Amino acid sequence: MPRRIVIGIRGVGHRIIESVWRLGYAARFFSLILLKSGTSIRRFGLIIRELYFTGVLTMVIILVSGLFVGMVLGLQGYETLQKFGAETAVGTLVALSLVRELGPVVAGLLFASRAGSAITAEIGLMKATEQLEAMGMMAVDPIARVVAPRFWAGVISMPLLAAMFSAMGVFGGYLVAVVLIGVDEGSFWSQMQSVVDFRFDIVNGIIKTCVFGVAITAIAVFEGYNAPPTAEGVSGATTRTVVTSALVILGLDFVLTSFMFRGVG
Amino acid sequence: MQRAKMDLWVGLFVVAGIGALLILALQVGNLGTYSEDKSYTLVGNFENIGGLKIRSPVKSAGVVVGRVMDIQFSTKTFDAVVTMNIDDRYQFPKDTFASILTSGLLGAQYVGLAAGGDEGMLKSGDKIMKTNSALVLEEMIGQFLFDKASEDDEGDSDKF
Repeated sequence: MPRRIVIGIRGVGHRIIESVWRLGYAARFFSLILLKSGTSIRRFGLIIRELYFTGVLTMVIILVSGLFVGMVLGLQGYETLQKFGAETAVGTLVALSLVRELGPVVAGLLFASRAGSAITAEIGLMKATEQLEAMGMMAVDPIARVVAPRFWAGVISMPLLAAMFSAMGVFGGYLVAVVLIGVDEGSFWSQMQSVVDFRFDIVNGIIKTCVFGVAITAIAVFEGYNAPPTAEGVSGATTRTVVTSALVILGLDFVLTSFMFRGVG
Repeated sequence: MQRAKMDLWVGLFVVAGIGALLILALQVGNLGTYSEDKSYTLVGNFENIGGLKIRSPVKSAGVVVGRVMDIQFSTKTFDAVVTMNIDDRYQFPKDTFASILTSGLLGAQYVGLAAGGDEGMLKSGDKIMKTNSALVLEEMIGQFLFDKASEDDEGDSDKF
């Protein structure tokens, strides 16, 4: 029995040391990407190609889910607010919750599962089929040629996608509240505009999406680049990308929100 | 996929993203309706500001004319110094009355400006002389109880 306990404790210690080691390795990898991204920025065509895969192909799911999230917010907000006779505030509710929280977070989660997993699977498979090593053999740095363009494409497309999500969501809220239910159009927009502040709400939301973009793509390229070069390894890395990004997005969101919106209106 | 077609799609994507940002800034946010660079500041001393916060609206006749930029406590006069940014389009006479009001029953508090009849206008940095502080519920109830008690006393003295 005591022997079992010792083995158990040993296992816990091993896991902790392993995860700390992995964190340090990830930080080193991240700084390596930043160091070597000079070449990929000079060859902007590479980033444009990746922008197509991470940005353009994610756009459809972002637009559709933004529309539905906004519509649901409009419906639920109306149901609650009309009890207090404040149904014209539904525009404020939809816009504030989208711009501050739901836009960055939900767009980030969708981006992680649509684009982040694709990045991991692609890089992981390149590693499994020894394409990355072949590149190294031809004196082409795989980090500068494969990893950095994907990283920068993700960082660029994430704020744009989140902005589209929020704009589409506000449109969805407008559709439900004004067109379907019949809330007064003028007060819907004017109440929204009088409450939503450009600097405090919209700019803070954009800062959030930039942070999420960096976090998600950094996790995705790291997991892909360090995936065990087997079919099983690549599938495990893809799963880890989605799970870790989701947790990191929600955790970072709490930290950023407590910094940004504490003591302000 | 062809290179040119891909570039076109990426271009469309970036344009759509920037367009969404512009929509958020102009239609959803207040960038289109209220600009801070064309504004002047007014200062008012209030005995009690209640729940007034930085960024609370400043309204006149129900129209938002500016925002509260800063709230400080003055150790000279022992009251609250509220700095307001007022849109340049709206000028107010020198004897304007500023009071802290509440929108609705549970709503947020704002500064209400009631224009007076003076010929001269307030300039940037000027102080609003006539102010009315926020109503605090406890003080109101206290006042009410005090009045009630003094009324009863008077009634009693009439009897004897």
